[in-house]
Amino acid sequence: MSDEFDALKAALRAAPVPDADAKAAAMRLAMENFDRLQGSTEAVRPKQDRPERAGFLQRGLAMLNALKMKPVLAATTSVAALLVGVAVIVPLSGKGPIEAARKKAPAEVTTLSENDMTALQSTAPEAAKKPQPKPAALPEADALAKAEAQNSPVVSDQTYADSQAMADAEPLSEEEAAMSGDQALADASPAPMPTGRAAAKMAMESFAVEAAAPAMEVAPMPAPNSESFANADANPVKVTAEEPVSTFSIDVDTASYATVRSSLNAGFLPDPASVRVEEMVNYFPYAYPKPEGDQAFRPTITVMPTPWNPNTRLVNIAIQGAVPLVENRPPLNLVFLVDTSGSMEDANKLPLLKQSLGLMLGQLKPEDQVAIVAYAGSAGQVLPPTKASDTATIMGALDQLAAGGSTAGAQGLELAYQVAEEMQVEGEVSRVLLATDGDFNVGIDDPEALKDFIAKKREGGVYLSVLGFGRGNLDDATMQALAQNGNGTASYIDTLNEARKVLVDQLTGALYPIADNVKIQVEWNPAQVAEYRLIGYETRALAREDFNNDKVDAGDIGAGTAVTAIYEVTAPGSAALLNDPLRYGSAKVPEGSSELGYLRLRSHKPGSAAGSELQETAIVPGMPVTDETRFAASIAGFGQLLTGAKYLGDWGWDQAIDLALASRGADEFGYRIEAVNLMRTAKALSQK
Amino acid sequence: METPDETLALAAAGGDRSAFAALIERHYDRIFGLAFRLTGARAEAQDLAQDICAGLPVKLRHWRGEARFTTWLYRVVMNAAHDLRRRQATHARAATGWGDWEIARQDEIKVQAEAQEWLAQAMTRLSVELRDTVALVLGEELTQAEAGLVLGVSEGTVAWRMSEVKKRLRAMASEDAR
Repeated sequence: MSDEFDALKAALRAAPVPDADAKAAAMRLAMENFDRLQGSTEAVRPKQDRPERAGFLQRGLAMLNALKMKPVLAATTSVAALLVGVAVIVPLSGKGPIEAARKKAPAEVTTLSENDMTALQSTAPEAAKKPQPKPAALPEADALAKAEAQNSPVVSDQTYADSQAMADAEPLSEEEAAMSGDQALADASPAPMPTGRAAAKMAMESFAVEAAAPAMEVAPMPAPNSESFANADANPVKVTAEEPVSTFSIDVDTASYATVRSSLNAGFLPDPASVRVEEMVNYFPYAYPKPEGDQAFRPTITVMPTPWNPNTRLVNIAIQGAVPLVENRPPLNLVFLVDTSGSMEDANKLPLLKQSLGLMLGQLKPEDQVAIVAYAGSAGQVLPPTKASDTATIMGALDQLAAGGSTAGAQGLELAYQVAEEMQVEGEVSRVLLATDGDFNVGIDDPEALKDFIAKKREGGVYLSVLGFGRGNLDDATMQALAQNGNGTASYIDTLNEARKVLVDQLTGALYPIADNVKIQVEWNPAQVAEYRLIGYETRALAREDFNNDKVDAGDIGAGTAVTAIYEVTAPGSAALLNDPLRYGSAKVPEGSSELGYLRLRSHKPGSAAGSELQETAIVPGMPVTDETRFAASIAGFGQLLTGAKYLGDWGWDQAIDLALASRGADEFGYRIEAVNLMRTAKALSQK
Repeated sequence: METPDETLALAAAGGDRSAFAALIERHYDRIFGLAFRLTGARAEAQDLAQDICAGLPVKLRHWRGEARFTTWLYRVVMNAAHDLRRRQATHARAATGWGDWEIARQDEIKVQAEAQEWLAQAMTRLSVELRDTVALVLGEELTQAEAGLVLGVSEGTVAWRMSEVKKRLRAMASEDAR
């Protein structure tokens, strides 16, 4: 055995001795939580009991408050003592043994002085809050009560006070006494309860996920919201004279819009980091001019006035992908890689996923093939490659998926790619469809390694798309990284409607790439554009030299999809210029061309080894402004309003809503009116 | 004879307070030890151990006695450590814990420092998976099969990872020698 190995072992074995205080603290906390958990056993689903319990809480609090007031206490010594005493006795021994306690107590305690009363007064709230063991342990509890009565003077005083009061005042029937004991018991829990609720509020996702709420109620530590989002700071305004060229990869993802929607529908403004403006704009179908002939896609450039700034213009670069005839499309090999980890159990995760995939089956051609790989604690093939026509078998396999265990995302991916490669035949399209809530907690701690793995597989011709489900630990950043590296799209599915949009209405676009590695480069003409700003695409920025480097990966356009990029440009001499001219810079503005700039598009034919193709167009005003571009602008405004609206001036929610409403067009599927309603919700939420 | 962990755990899951207390008392050091081996930082391990203890009552409710209690517990610690890593920084290198320790090390006693520095270096150079595996197999002295159960991978994978660790360590040693 090598020395290093032994040395590592020795070093690892020599872990430091745990700190005794830390251990004690941890144990205390654990016991508190244990007791709290036992205390709430009667109400496994506190939601249903809440009104009742809340009532108890109120009354319990009132009682405690009364106890805290000295004069009141003094005046009603016996009643207060009775209440406190019952609080201690009843929970210990259940409902019956009040009688027993009454008999027992006086024998053990003989005197009760004024001093004792004061002690009682100061410790009473403490005592009422004492953790209450489960009523089930009856005999034990009795013994415990006895022991405590002997050991601790305070408790015995209370016991005595109780019996005294019982004897003296007897104003409460036994039933009532038991009741008030329950109240006090309920009172014992207000300390944990509000924190539980605050925790639920903090992890706001649980609003959306009803089922998570009860768990939150008893959860000892607030479950951290472990969502993470890919984002970067908003693109700044650039000075054309200094940096005339802007380069980025197209982005066909739509996940950001769906997460924004799910946040707004759940009643809170989305985390600004979750908002990617370009994905919001690209979520919507647009009726841009269609490509002609053999063209894979067609760029359309529209220059329009900026809604939020009269002194600037928007340059809308729209790229419309061609729709190949569906009958002619090559057969498709699909591998569903389904996350069946425990976290997928919620109704809006695995069950929605099954329905979604079921919907999609109807769209496939008989010669298409489907395989299913599930991953949880371990990865396994659930369904070998099966013809899409055999829906019964496929649906049967889908139905058998059940959530459980932790997530081994990396293993699952490996297996899915292996299956996809086996299915791959020349001329066919293979794609892995990863459906997950983003919880890759086993075996994939190194996102870089995973990206590399996917990037390597991408070269083998297998695409990867990611469908995100549920909220709470949605790892948007990983999803993005996976889809971008796998030449695929990331979509977020929160409702069956969204599943239909992604997997039925836009299935061809989602599954058939018509152009790979699409990069956009715009060179601005300093004579016409002094400053420019690309709205969105922060996570897609490319270095200028990457444009011509085919090794650098970029986004892909699916059949029939539209991609929109919007620049806000400012003419030289405009009042809206944000940067002062340089005193020592080149003062001379080149004259001549009326072009605002020059657009270059670079793309690959899918699956072809040939180099990239270049398409060039001058950016000139003149194209008529349509509802499509206006609506895109309103969504760009929406996205910016959600992320801080640094450049929007006075333009606010009302203007965004008006613009979107006015330009919503035919809106056959209702996507646009939904966006308008989301804007209304966001407006209301932001005014709170 | 000591009551087996599994019996205690079942009792605790059913609401037995003293069984739960005994269980935590018995296993705190184990939790802390693995937490330390996974994070490489004392303070972090302490916090993690506390979080785990605090969450154990709820977790235990789902305990069905399907695995050995320690295996189950290791898995809980492992998942908690993974969550922590993810929380700390999604894309920051997972090595930060060991990196922090490198800094904290400066304040430590000099004699210890050397051994710890070597450990930190060695661990930092291993990938996260290897680090987890090493912590279990060498640190906790689990068998490869047990470690596989905890990590949710096959025994073969653990064996492969351990041989990988040996390879890396040898490479490290020859690098240092140069």
